[in-house]
Amino acid sequence: MDYLSELENQSVYIMREAFNKFENLAMLWSIGKDSTVLLWLARKAFFGHVPFPLVHVDTTYKVASMIEYRDKLVKEWNLKLVVGKNEKVLAAGTTYPNGRATRVECCGTLKKDALKAVLDKHHYTGVIVGVRRDEEPTRAKERYFSPRDKNMEWNVEDQPPELWDQFKTDFEAGTHIRIHPLLHWTELNIWEYIERESIPVIPLYFANAKGERYRSLGCAPCTFPIKSQARTVGEIIEELRHTKTSERSGRAQDKESEDAFEKLRRDGYM
Amino acid sequence: MQNGSSAPSEQLKIVIAGHVDHGKSTLVGRLLHDTGSLPDGKLEQLRAVAERRGVPFEWANLMDALQSERDQNITIDTAQIWFQTARRQYVIIDAPGHKEFLKNMITGAAHAEAALLLIDAQEGVQEQSRRHGYLLALLGIRQIVVLVNKMDLCAYSRARFDEVERAFRQFLASIGVEPRCFIPIAARQGDNVAVRSVLMPWWTGPTVLEALDQFQAATRPVGQPLRLPIQDIYRFDERRILAGRVESGSVKVGDRLVFTPANKVSNVKTIERWNAPASDRAEAGESIGITLTEQVFVARGAVASLETQPPFELTRFNARLFWMGRAPFIPGRSYKLKLATQETECEIDSIQRVIDSATLEAIQRPESFVGRNEVAELTLRTRRPIAFDIHADIIATGRFVIVDGFEVAGGGIVAAGNYPRRTADSLHKSHNIYWSRGKVTSEQRNVRNGQSGCVVWLTGLSASGKSTIATELERELFNLGRHVYILDGDNVRHGLCSDLGFSPQDRKENIRRVGEAAKLFADAGIICVTAFISPYRSDRELVRAIVEKGRFIEVYVNAPIEVCEARDPKGLYAKARAHQIKEFTGVSAPYEAPTAPDLELRTDQATVAESVARIVEYLHVRDDDSGVMI
Repeated sequence: MDYLSELENQSVYIMREAFNKFENLAMLWSIGKDSTVLLWLARKAFFGHVPFPLVHVDTTYKVASMIEYRDKLVKEWNLKLVVGKNEKVLAAGTTYPNGRATRVECCGTLKKDALKAVLDKHHYTGVIVGVRRDEEPTRAKERYFSPRDKNMEWNVEDQPPELWDQFKTDFEAGTHIRIHPLLHWTELNIWEYIERESIPVIPLYFANAKGERYRSLGCAPCTFPIKSQARTVGEIIEELRHTKTSERSGRAQDKESEDAFEKLRRDGYM
Repeated sequence: MQNGSSAPSEQLKIVIAGHVDHGKSTLVGRLLHDTGSLPDGKLEQLRAVAERRGVPFEWANLMDALQSERDQNITIDTAQIWFQTARRQYVIIDAPGHKEFLKNMITGAAHAEAALLLIDAQEGVQEQSRRHGYLLALLGIRQIVVLVNKMDLCAYSRARFDEVERAFRQFLASIGVEPRCFIPIAARQGDNVAVRSVLMPWWTGPTVLEALDQFQAATRPVGQPLRLPIQDIYRFDERRILAGRVESGSVKVGDRLVFTPANKVSNVKTIERWNAPASDRAEAGESIGITLTEQVFVARGAVASLETQPPFELTRFNARLFWMGRAPFIPGRSYKLKLATQETECEIDSIQRVIDSATLEAIQRPESFVGRNEVAELTLRTRRPIAFDIHADIIATGRFVIVDGFEVAGGGIVAAGNYPRRTADSLHKSHNIYWSRGKVTSEQRNVRNGQSGCVVWLTGLSASGKSTIATELERELFNLGRHVYILDGDNVRHGLCSDLGFSPQDRKENIRRVGEAAKLFADAGIICVTAFISPYRSDRELVRAIVEKGRFIEVYVNAPIEVCEARDPKGLYAKARAHQIKEFTGVSAPYEAPTAPDLELRTDQATVAESVARIVEYLHVRDDDSGVMI
């Protein structure tokens, strides 16, 4: 069995465990390459079906073509979409970059709080998220089934043991479990798999006429393209095989302080 | 964190273990640096952070990225990180050395194929060195290289290295572990990590990278007996798909599978995949789906195997177990056991030995329990029979975890024992008992009853076997813990229908009343079995119409009239032929056979037991699909 198939089989196994164990299960879909691969893996696991809703946390700052791409796939793949939005903060205008919130505060309200609200509203007890260990160091510490307490907080010092694909599926009422089927994939694996499976990805990942492409997608004010000539999936793979820059280098909120991202994640950020 | 210079053709997962402060995270930082695996600027960034904080730069900071760890300088959790050598890609799992974090070390090591175990040359063998060595052995990791670190702090002394090696080799030998080799290193300076140390010219053995490249990647157990634990049953479309991962062996279309526990047998009809090349075969490691030629009742937890090589199916087995729970593992209490996809309650049957994994000495104390971070040899008893194998034979079905409350608190492997191949006890009942408030819904009733009510309507010629099957079916379902009742033709005529005679209108009314009564039983959650000739299609359709959709199961008890006539237990056919009975179905009155019965039983070809089994199976599958547990 080739390496990509091994990754795929493990992810499918995890996804099926989650579907069996959680009555109220949802999957986060950021429209990015990772969660779209995740969505593809769900269709693998459930033989072409996606038997749970997809939650998209809309900050309204996403690049417009992301929303068009989202709505197109929802229709084509017969998906159930749930959109979460922090209307209150958006109305109050306390967001970045108008000076009334820092980048990290803005992520906290528009993403983390909006996520908490949508999870609470629909009483989801299991949430599938497409984070990977190689993205950044705090995610490297994650479990496949990772508990979050009533306030959505992550107790990184006291994580459950996880051995032999026996996952934490018993949990107190009011808490929920984040399920991370892509944890063992690398950025390169994601693109190799996109190529193998011909998964449609949003064109923002490919180099434009100015020689720029997005390597990681977020909100427009805080995400910057990298210099690149990679116009196809194959060229992206070739580029990644030689790069020594980290994937989230274009994500500004990580850099506000040394442990900015870590604090966001402890508080419940993806 | 970064990507290698070529596509990984092979990947190996290694765990780095050892006592606290013996240099595990430092080694990892060094490995990343020396293999050119660090992102640009990362090293400079960490050096700058160290300078800003006024502390010396530590390689360990690369891995110990969390704030709390930077402050305490210890690894709390297991982190994973990638690097690449000329030979292959490595995933390194950095395991914490603190005793407090043993569960994290085990989590890391459980995913590994090989291990590097570090020992501080100055401090020598410590408690966690021994415990980690023992746990690696227990977890089945056989490829171990021991690194004697911080050689710089003992003047690169060969004598000291030999001394540490001798002591630890002796310990490992006592638990049956033979390490590949011992290597003297100084991780902080990189001596003997990627390049040979000029300061230890006496060392002629491999560097760490060379030793790593000599490890073998784990192979999947394709040649072992088939074990396909069922994860779930899907019915997203017209297919009824049993989903699961082939853990060992292989499976192909046409294979005759036995599902344990319960010992149901059926053949593989198709192997299901989505957006993948079609193949009639799947082997160890593949997450697939299968469909069966005959629908048998199979639920999550069942293990599919070939009939000739089934797993054990018992309620008792021997195990070696390590305990990570806050509260000890004690006899007399009930815990949840998870083995492959099975879950059942279990308790300690007997404890043979509790061992201190750091000293390997048996722990003597008046009370019998397994405490945190202790290891035990014991016998477990499960409430229901479970399918398992001895760990040494088949790994995936030979290991398990114990859940205490909400926590995974223990892990273990099935030890050898004198296990018989079969067991009888298989009575199980629902534990889902709830109080319902206000209106009682049919779902609540189903949960309470552990079944959903229905009408099993047997129709067929006189002497076709309806009553025999009905009474046997009732007994069988009753023994399975189901609520079941037969509406008997004679009995209803004594009461409910005592005003009716045998005119065509009265017969029709008789069937109607029986149908209405059966519907009430079904609504109340009872499996109601009826055995009436009920020759007219329109009468049966009338009953089908009044019973809730999906709850009317028409069973055509079919035997050719010659066979029925030959049986003729009550001598009725003889009387009909002699015209002593008028309008006798099949002789002088028509029998309208069902055109699309839910089940057809050929009683001239099958035994009563086989016919009954088919109905029971049908009910199981139906309940399974409707989500009702029995």
